[in-house]
Amino acid sequence: MKRFLLFLPVLVALILGVVLFAGIGKDPTKLESALIGKQVPAFNLTDLHDPDVKLDQALLKGKVQLLNVWGTWCPSCRDEHGDLMWLAREKGVSIIGLNYKDDRADALVWLDRLGDPYQATIYDPKGTLGFDLGVYGAPETFVIDARGVVRYRHVGVINEKVWEETLLPVINDARENG
Amino acid sequence: MFRLFPTLLFVLFSAVAMAEVADVYEFDAANEETRFQNLTEELRCPKCQNQNIADSDAPISQDMRDEVYRMIQGGASDEQIMDALEARFGEFIRYKPKVEKRTILLWATPAIAVFGGFLIVAGVVIRSRRGASQATALTAEEKVRAEKILAESNQDKST
Repeated sequence: MKRFLLFLPVLVALILGVVLFAGIGKDPTKLESALIGKQVPAFNLTDLHDPDVKLDQALLKGKVQLLNVWGTWCPSCRDEHGDLMWLAREKGVSIIGLNYKDDRADALVWLDRLGDPYQATIYDPKGTLGFDLGVYGAPETFVIDARGVVRYRHVGVINEKVWEETLLPVINDARENG
Repeated sequence: MFRLFPTLLFVLFSAVAMAEVADVYEFDAANEETRFQNLTEELRCPKCQNQNIADSDAPISQDMRDEVYRMIQGGASDEQIMDALEARFGEFIRYKPKVEKRTILLWATPAIAVFGGFLIVAGVVIRSRRGASQATALTAEEKVRAEKILAESNQDKST
């Protein structure tokens, strides 16, 4: 018994080590979405390109799509824009844009200059849909399946690595088990 | 007139400062204001992760404060407000997670640690007492031996 007690600190250190090691490499600023497995919240907003066109949650049903939250005020969005163009053109991914807390004219100039990777862009100047989606920092990208259910949320910039390692497996899974 | 000017300036500027500090939310009842303060202190900002939404300047915190205010005005209970925000941003935003099966260990850890510490202290005390009582009580045989040793060492010193 006394012998065993001598090894107690080693045991405690080992357990602590295992627990703490599990946390290494995890980015605490990337939170899992609370909406995973739930329907995209209902919304009623206009199209960025045409204020007369109304868009609602039906836009995010029918096929597996990405919902990309962006704004012209967001430098990282500029950073990932080229990769979104690449995804839309080379990979044939259907991306819906959510123009978040932005100015319509600025956003249109941005798409005009940098190209438009979006099938459609929802204009959300007050960030109401963004709020319901739990968006806390652009860019954020949601994987939405054919039934309009949120499968995954990526916080931060999308690039080739994120696409290959994170988004593509989720999308493939959503396509197979839609 | 010129004497009045600095006073006027002071009054004007202090009014500006007041406007910045004073809450932009208006409440009908004092208890609503207290609830608002408690709730915004209890909610964690998802962007600036170690601040509550009352202290944070992040735009998302502003949105969350607006929502809390709107829901209080709409007559929602504290728990309804917490649940509504948790449904959007996740459990992360609660500084105090709900007590349920999954979180019970988290809540019980302080009590377990105190209890464990108490056990250790009790163990140490009991052991040292037992040790002390044994040490003072020499058997007759031991006393004789001890006296013999002492006597010998005294002899050594005197020679």
